[in-house]
Amino acid sequence: MKFRYLRNVSLQYLPEKCNGCQRCVEVCPREVFAFENKRAVLHDREACMECGACMKNCEAGALSVSAGVGCAAAIINGMIRGGEPSCGCDKSGCC
Amino acid sequence: MKASQCCSVPSWAKERISTPAGEVLQVSSEWSWQDRWEHFRARTSEFRMKYRVQRGVYAIGDPGEDSPVLVSANYKLSFDVLRRALAGLDCWILVLDTRAINVWCAAGKGTFGTGQLVGRIQQFHLNELVRHRKLVLPQLGAPGVSAKEIQEKTGFRVYFGPVRAKDLPQYLRDGCKASPGMRAVTFTMAERLVLTPMEFLPAIRKFPLWGIPAIALLGIQEFSPFSFSAANSFAAGILALLTVIAGSVLTPAFLPWIPFRSFALKGWIMGIVTLLLAQAVGLMPSDLFFRMFAIASFPLASSYIALQFTGSTPFTHFSGVKRELKLALPVYAAGALLSVTALLGVRLFSGGP
Repeated sequence: MKFRYLRNVSLQYLPEKCNGCQRCVEVCPREVFAFENKRAVLHDREACMECGACMKNCEAGALSVSAGVGCAAAIINGMIRGGEPSCGCDKSGCC
Repeated sequence: MKASQCCSVPSWAKERISTPAGEVLQVSSEWSWQDRWEHFRARTSEFRMKYRVQRGVYAIGDPGEDSPVLVSANYKLSFDVLRRALAGLDCWILVLDTRAINVWCAAGKGTFGTGQLVGRIQQFHLNELVRHRKLVLPQLGAPGVSAKEIQEKTGFRVYFGPVRAKDLPQYLRDGCKASPGMRAVTFTMAERLVLTPMEFLPAIRKFPLWGIPAIALLGIQEFSPFSFSAANSFAAGILALLTVIAGSVLTPAFLPWIPFRSFALKGWIMGIVTLLLAQAVGLMPSDLFFRMFAIASFPLASSYIALQFTGSTPFTHFSGVKRELKLALPVYAAGALLSVTALLGVRLFSGGP
C-alpha cells in the first residue's frame, strides 16, 4: 500500500521543457512520474515528498520543488537555532 | 598489546589485496555476532552517531577491471546491508564519508553529494581501478547527486540502482535495469517497528521535563489543608508512560490504519485511545478533575511525540511538516498552560471556604 501525507506539495513541472531523459522516473522513490509519448508526466503528484532528487537530476530544468526534510525534529531545531532545519548536532561538530 | 593500526584488518574484512589503484580491503559478505550486536546498539542508542567505516574503496569477492562499482555511505549499518546483499558477486564498493549518516539523510544534507563523489573518484583513482565508466549509486542518494555533473566532471555515468540493497544482484544481472517495485520506497510494519526504539528512548529521556511535574500535580488533592493522593500520583505516572508509548510506538506501528494524514492528529488519536483503554482496565482514577486534565493534556504529548516520527518516514514532506508544526505547536503550548492552570485553580479552591 502507498502511504499518503498532506496535500499541496511544492513540486512544479513544466512539460514543454522535458527532453525525455527519464532521470526523474529513475530517481523518484515515490513513483510520482511516468513516461508517456517521449515525455515525463506527473502520474501521482500528491505522493511527492519534496526530496529534490528529480530537480537535482532533471537535465532540462523542467522540475522545481522546494526541497527539504520532512522531519519535525529538524524543523524545530531550525526554529530554535534560527537557521536552516538540521537534524541534531551538525553545528556542534559531533557528527 | 595494541595491534598496529596500519596492518590490522577489521573483523568484517578478509585481507588487503593489491589493485591498480593501490591496496584495498577485501570484505566479507557475512555478518558476525559482533556485527549483529553493533546493529542492535545502532538501532537503540547514540552509538549510531559514530558507527562508521573509513571512506575508500573496498572489494567484495574477487573483482577485476570490468567489475561493477557501487557507491555507498560510511554508516556501518548501511555498509553491512550492502556487503551482505552482494554475497557471491565480485564488486567494488566506493564508500563516501557521510559522517556515519545513512545515504538518504546524507543525500538530503549534501554530504552524500556531487562534490564529494567527484573528489573521491579522483582521490581513489577509479579510472585506474576499472576499464568501464559506470557507477551504481543507491537510488536514495539521488537528492544529493547530479548524475549529469558527475559525468561532465569525471566521465563516469551514474546509474541509480534500486532503493533496497537486496535487489542489487537482480539489478546487476539485468544490466543495470530496475524491475517494477525496485524504485519505490516501502514502509512495512517491520520497517516501522525497527525504528521505534529510537523514538521511544529519546522521548523517555525527556520524560522528567513534563512527566514528573504531571505526576506531582495530579497527586495533589487539595492545597488547604494540603492533601496528596499517592494512588492518583502513581496512576498519573502510568498514564504518562502509556502516553509516551502511544506516540512513539503505537502510532508508528498502526500508522496506515489510524485516521487522518496529519501525524499530529494520528498521535492525538492514539493518545485518546490509550486513555480509553486505561479507563477500561481500571487504570484511570475516578476523580473527575484528574480525568479532565488527563484527557486534555496527555494526548497532546503523544501528538507531539508522534510528530517526531515524521523524520523517520519515507513519505512526509517539508512543507507539510512545517504546516503541521505551525498549527500544532501553539495548540500544545495553550493546551498545557490551560489544563495546568485549570487543575491548579480547582485544587486551590476546592478546599477553601
